[in-house]
Amino acid sequence: MNVNSTATANNKIKMCARSVNVFYGTMQALRDITLDIPDRTITAIIGPSGCGKSTFLRLFNRMNDLIINARVEGDIKLDDMAIYAGSVDVVDLRRRVGMVFQKPNPFPMSIFDNVAYGPQRQGVQKNELPDIVENSLKQAALWDEVKDKLHQSGLSLSGGQQQRLCIARALAVEPEVILMDEPCSALDPIATLKIEDLMRELVKDYTIIIVTHNMQQAARVSDVSAFFWMEPDRAGVLVEYGPTPQMFSRPKDKRTEGYITGRFG
Amino acid sequence: MITVMSAQSKRHNRTEPIAFFILGLFTLIIVSPVIFILVYILINGIGAITWDFLTQMPSMAGKAGGIFPAIIGTFYLMLGTLLCALPIGMFAALYLTEYARQNRLVKIINLTIVNLAGVPSIVYGLFGLGFFVLTMNIGMSVLAAILTLSCQALAMMIASSREAIVAVPREYGEASLALGSTKWQTIRHIVLPQSMPGIITGAVLAISRAAGETAPILTVGAAFYLPALPQSPFDQFMALAYHLYTVAANVPGISKTTIWGVALVLIAVVLIFDIGAIIIRMKARQRRHE
Amino acid sequence: MQDHTIISKAHYRAGLRVREKVIELFILCNGILVVAVLIGILVMLLIEGIPAFSQTSVWDFFTGTKWYPVSNPPTFGIFTFFISTIVVTVIATILAIPLGVGSAIYLAEIAKPKIRETVKPLIELLAGIPSIVMGVIGLALVTTVVREAFNLNTGLCGLTAGIMLAFMSVPIVVSISEDALSTVPKEFREASYALGATKWQTIIHVCVPAALSGITAAIMLGIGRAIGETMTVLMVAGGAIALNFSPLEPMRPMTAVIAAEINNAVRGGAQYHALFAIGLALFILTFFVNFAADQVLERQRRKFAR
Repeated sequence: MNVNSTATANNKIKMCARSVNVFYGTMQALRDITLDIPDRTITAIIGPSGCGKSTFLRLFNRMNDLIINARVEGDIKLDDMAIYAGSVDVVDLRRRVGMVFQKPNPFPMSIFDNVAYGPQRQGVQKNELPDIVENSLKQAALWDEVKDKLHQSGLSLSGGQQQRLCIARALAVEPEVILMDEPCSALDPIATLKIEDLMRELVKDYTIIIVTHNMQQAARVSDVSAFFWMEPDRAGVLVEYGPTPQMFSRPKDKRTEGYITGRFG
Repeated sequence: MITVMSAQSKRHNRTEPIAFFILGLFTLIIVSPVIFILVYILINGIGAITWDFLTQMPSMAGKAGGIFPAIIGTFYLMLGTLLCALPIGMFAALYLTEYARQNRLVKIINLTIVNLAGVPSIVYGLFGLGFFVLTMNIGMSVLAAILTLSCQALAMMIASSREAIVAVPREYGEASLALGSTKWQTIRHIVLPQSMPGIITGAVLAISRAAGETAPILTVGAAFYLPALPQSPFDQFMALAYHLYTVAANVPGISKTTIWGVALVLIAVVLIFDIGAIIIRMKARQRRHE
Repeated sequence: MQDHTIISKAHYRAGLRVREKVIELFILCNGILVVAVLIGILVMLLIEGIPAFSQTSVWDFFTGTKWYPVSNPPTFGIFTFFISTIVVTVIATILAIPLGVGSAIYLAEIAKPKIRETVKPLIELLAGIPSIVMGVIGLALVTTVVREAFNLNTGLCGLTAGIMLAFMSVPIVVSISEDALSTVPKEFREASYALGATKWQTIIHVCVPAALSGITAAIMLGIGRAIGETMTVLMVAGGAIALNFSPLEPMRPMTAVIAAEINNAVRGGAQYHALFAIGLALFILTFFVNFAADQVLERQRRKFAR
């Protein structure tokens, strides 16, 4: 499965960040990040904990808006739309940029209702829901396991199944980009591999950005990697960015090399 | 050195059981009257409880007949307070938890809640009389009493609703927003269903308090003796708590059994709702811990 | 078909945006309404209470000991009632502090879970017993006990009222104190045990000091409750209007005066305004007690906030 050799340079840019700074009150969380996310690729964001990986990921669907005192400078674009512009409807943005969280968090309702939740809020007619639910669950490779128990609680599933349910739930609103915040950190190795296979399948249709602290996972699954580092003042910076095979075999920066080899060693 | 230490610890070995015993005794002192009061009222009041007592109109200033209008009046008060204070309390709690940024209004509302909870009940009575009865010209009536009790119940409604809403895991709300749902959709379909048991518990406790209140309603239309049901929200009414006050303090020559009978009915109404709320909450907690 | 769906979806979302704004405004209104209620109470008390001071000076009103509302001319002095409120509140507090704080320590630190789970609902039930029922109980039982014990003519006195109020304010003292004790981090206790301290030493020297502001706030809230309690004191305090400092004499706290006379006062008359002025004094008194309690409680919350 030599996925990493896919030419990423040819893909158009789906999302990009230009000179982005993020502050929590007076503390700077991210400093001067500039980064392109190619269309239909998996971009992995790696680095030590506390370096602002999740903060960066949450910029793309403006989840940081929920944090009081958070302030964002610089530009972030989805296609040609500046997503922090005043005219942008955050709700629309989040429909186009979906998210899967660190801990599987299905709603305490049935499997069907979990997947149907997003479309229903978008005003989709009731009779269209079964098709959407089926397609989404199939895309998330969960359909065969749950098709006979769609009306059981989503919480009755195993951890890996729950996370795939969350992916199906995100797919149901037909996003263009999927953000994944350490989606496998709460899962066992087998469930993790299943999710990784699923991601390789999904990247044919979606742009995926994944935050992970697992170097093997980044190496296995991503096309492009971005390495973040925490500076002495605790602000996160982007150290190095490029095709994954290159970064893992010939890192340009000493910090990247140290981190990768340390993790692999 | 070692001998000193052991002497000291010996002394503590004696102090500790005595101290613990005294603290346990204190607890017993405040808990046993509860049981005593309930049992005493039950024993002394049960003789008055007959079908007629519960379903008949009173006669001879409450010395004879039943307490039907007082039971119905209390029921109206509880229902009205629920309908009026629950939505306002719930929405105010939603404002505090979901909509407000940490601004000055939040500080003011929080301060308001603390102080609303501390306003003496008779002051609510004065407010109800001055504002609802006279200024708004509602008159001495069920409606004025409901509005007065609702003002008093607000603080408790908000506090319990807020507690229930904050207890909803953040992940659910985040997941809903990340799916492109609006804030209200998230509240309506995720936050409120999840927090409803807690909100209901608080509401039930609040209306059971309202049922026991006397001071706020005696100024706004609770009737000393009125052998009829209120025909509209603008009529005067009887209520169990006020009726208990009148028979216990203002009607000479009434039988003790009647007084305790009224007390028994009042406390039964209050306790049924209290215990119901406590059970709902324990069930909800157990479910969360599982 | 596809186009149609997209357009209708866009339409739907535009509708949602409007709805969001309307709902947000509606919810804000509810928040403001709550503040309006408190301000409304204050304004009402001011409007109806201040006219009382046109005939009686503020000084005479608060220091006067004569309350003859229906004489001609009437005299309004509430010093007697103020002292009654103070006396019954002090008695209630003296009883409620050891009982309440002691029980809170017992429940939070010593009691087995089973006992705690039984006792806490019972204390909640105590809080739920209507004040009128406490009044009837006081009238029927406690007055007799007090009369016999102190060999009095009547058991309707400040002491009886204070005892009843103690039981009514103790649930607040217990629950807030216990909350405060349970916020003390486990590490503190473990550190103390690790140094060889006994459980009792740990409670006295570590837990209680750490929870002190919460316990203080609990006591203050209990005091606020005692000051504002109406029906119980109306029934058992005795109702005498002579100035008394002895708890064994009949008394008449401020709340009881309002409750006893409001329905007989001519609306808009001098007595009516004077009763609202007492209400205003009570409001201000309890406002400061509760405000101060909240400030102290806030300090406790911040202490172990993580």
